[in-house]
Amino acid sequence: MDKFTTLTGVAAPLPLANVDTDKIIPARFLKTIKRSGLGVHLFDTLRYDAAGKERPEFVLNQEPYRHAEILIAHENFGCGSSREHAPWALLDFGIRCIIAPDFADIFYNNSFKNGILPIRLPRAVCDALIEDAKLGGNARLTVDLERQVVVRPNGEEIHFDIDPFRKHLLLNGLDDIGQTLQHAPAIDAYEARRRAAEPWLPSTTEAA
Amino acid sequence: MSESRPRTLFDKIWDNHVVERLPDGTCVLYIDRHLVHEVTSPQAFEGLRMAGRRLRRPDATIAVADHNIPTVGPRNPEAIAEEDSRIQVQTLERNVKEFGVPYIPILDVRQGIVHIIGPELGISLPGTTIVCGDSHTSTHGALGALAFGIGTSEVEHVMATQTLLQKPAKNLLIRVDHTLGFGASAKDLVLAIIGKITTAGGNGHVIEYAGEGIRALDMAGRMTVSNMSIEAGARAGLVAPDETTFAYVKGREYAPKGAAFEQALAYWRTLPSDPGAQYDTTVVLDAREVAPMVTWGTTPGAVVPVTGVVPDPATVGDEGARAQMQRMLDYMGLTPGTRMEDLPIDVVFIGSCTNGRIEDIRAAAAVARGRRVAEGVRALVVPGSGQVKRQAEKEGLDRVLLEAGFEWRDPCCSMCLGMNPDKISAGQRCASTSNRNFEGRQGPGGRTHLVSPAMAAAAAVNGRITDVRQLG
Ligand code: SF4
Repeated sequence: MDKFTTLTGVAAPLPLANVDTDKIIPARFLKTIKRSGLGVHLFDTLRYDAAGKERPEFVLNQEPYRHAEILIAHENFGCGSSREHAPWALLDFGIRCIIAPDFADIFYNNSFKNGILPIRLPRAVCDALIEDAKLGGNARLTVDLERQVVVRPNGEEIHFDIDPFRKHLLLNGLDDIGQTLQHAPAIDAYEARRRAAEPWLPSTTEAA
Repeated sequence: MSESRPRTLFDKIWDNHVVERLPDGTCVLYIDRHLVHEVTSPQAFEGLRMAGRRLRRPDATIAVADHNIPTVGPRNPEAIAEEDSRIQVQTLERNVKEFGVPYIPILDVRQGIVHIIGPELGISLPGTTIVCGDSHTSTHGALGALAFGIGTSEVEHVMATQTLLQKPAKNLLIRVDHTLGFGASAKDLVLAIIGKITTAGGNGHVIEYAGEGIRALDMAGRMTVSNMSIEAGARAGLVAPDETTFAYVKGREYAPKGAAFEQALAYWRTLPSDPGAQYDTTVVLDAREVAPMVTWGTTPGAVVPVTGVVPDPATVGDEGARAQMQRMLDYMGLTPGTRMEDLPIDVVFIGSCTNGRIEDIRAAAAVARGRRVAEGVRALVVPGSGQVKRQAEKEGLDRVLLEAGFEWRDPCCSMCLGMNPDKISAGQRCASTSNRNFEGRQGPGGRTHLVSPAMAAAAAVNGRITDVRQLG
C-alpha cells in the first residue's frame, strides 16, 4: 500500500448524496480477479451513455477534473455493497482522497485499506470546498494528513478528525495483516481459551 | 470488562471475541466463521499467495459460488457462457483446492446463496462472529450472531489471521410493538423501518431488533429483516436467540449435536440483552401500522405503503433533497401523485438472500395458486438454495408456480444484481423481492420496486403493483 502523507491536487465536485457502490462501479464490472484496471469503469453509468460515449456534462469527463485526485461529495458516500472494487476503481482512476459529510461504514473502512483517505467534514464545509473545486485547475486543494488539515486555495486551513491508528497505518503505508500477525501469540492463547470454554463450536470441515 | 454493567446482546458477543484491546480502543476481534464467495475473494487469495501466507483456519471457513451462476442450463463452471463469470468461478475452485478451504460445489444440493445456506446448514450459530465479503452478511444476525460484511482486504486479513481490527459499534435498538396485520410481512416491516430511520440511520451502529413484532416472526422473517440492516446503514442486525432460534438450529447439518448442543444451548441462553442495558439510540415502531410497502425511488428508504402515491418533490423544503427526489423520479419514470397501484410491471423477480427461502416461495405460491401471470409479464422464481428448491418441489410449489406461468429456476443470486444472465433491460419496471433498488442494480436502466414475495406474486398476476390484501 502506498503511503499517504500530503496530497495537492485537483478536486472534483460531486454534489450528490447517497452515492452508492453500484453507482461507483456497477456490478457487471465486478467480474475481475484483479485489483487494477477498474478506473475506466468508475461511475460508468454517470460517465458514459448507452453507446459507451462519454457524457460531456459529467464532471470527470471535463478538464481539469479528468486528473482529479480528490473528490468532494454529499452525505452517505459509498453506501450499498461491501465491494472493494469501489475504492479500487477510485484509486485506479487516480482518486486518493474523498471529502464528504459522512460515509457508509464498509466503504469508509475499505478506503483506508487501499490508501485512500476519506475525510468527514460538515456539509457546509463540503459545500464551500465544492465551490472551490468548481474553480477548476487553478483551485488545487492540499490535504495534509500529518497535520490533519485541508488547505483551501485561499490558504484557509480546515481541521479534520481521524482515528490515530488509521492515520499511523496510512502515513507509513503499513499493511494491516503484518500488524495483526504481531499479535499471533495472543490469538493462539485466545483460541485455546475458547476451545476449552466452548468445545461445542463445530468446524466447517466436518458436518457434526 | 466489568460483569456487573448490564450488557446488550451486541456487547456480550463483542466482549467474548476480543483477543486484544489496543491502546487506542481498536480491538483484535476473533472471527468464528468466514464465508467466502467467488466475487470478493480472488484478490484476497492472490494477496496471500504473494505474501507466502496460508489460511489460519480453513476449518472455520467455507466457500460457495453464487453470484455468477446461471439459473438455467447445466450446473458446472465450464458451462458458464460469459467468460469473466466462468473465470471467477473457476478461480474460486482453484483457490479452495490450493488453500484447502471446504467448498460446496455448484452441483451439490446444498449449494445456494451464501446467506441462505449459512443458516440452513447450521454453519451460522448464535453467539458467533460471522463475516463474508458481502454486505448482506447482516442476514445471519437473525440467529443472534454478530455477522457483518467486509471488503476484500479484510477477507484476506481474516484468512491470514482469523481476526479483524475493529472498534465497537454503537447500539441501536429497534423495538417493534404488537404484531403485523393481515397481508404485511417481514419485508414490509423492514422497508417501513428503513423508511422511518432512512438509509443512513444505522451508520456506525449495530441494530438489535426486539419487541413482540420481532419475537412473533419465524426465522425466515427475522432473516429478511436482518438482511436489510445494511440498507439502513448498519453493518449488522441482531435478534436475540430464543426458542424459535433454538428449534431452527437443532438438527442442522453443521450444528452441534447431542451433549454438545445442550452445552451450546446453555451458553446461548445467556446471550439476550440484560435488563437495563443501555442503547445509544432507540426507535419504536407499531407493527399494526405496517402496510404492504413498495419503493418508488432508487434507495430502499424511498418507500410508501402500497395504498400511497408517488411523492411530490415540490413538497420538499431542502433543495438538495428535492433535487435528489427529482433525479430518482426521472430515473424511475414516475410522475408525482400517481397511485402506486397504477404502476404497470414488466418483470417480477422472487428470490435473493432477502426473500429466497422456502417460506417466501410458499407465500408467492399461495398468491399464484389458481391464477395466471398477466399477459406480457415475465415472472421468475429463483430458490435461494438447492435445498429450498428441493423442499418446494416436494410440496408441489413448483407446479403451482409453473401452471400460473412463472419460471422456476435453479438457485443463485439471479436478478438481484446484474451480474449473471438474469437481468432486466433499460426502462423495464420490475417488482422485486431483493434488497436494492439502486440505479442499474438489476441491469442498466432497469427500474426496481422492492416488495415482499406475496406482493411480487400479486404484481405478476395483475400486471401492475397490487395491494395483495385485495386479492383475498
Ligand atoms: S442475493 Fe443479492 S444481495 Fe444477496 S448475496 Fe446475492 S447478490 Fe448479494
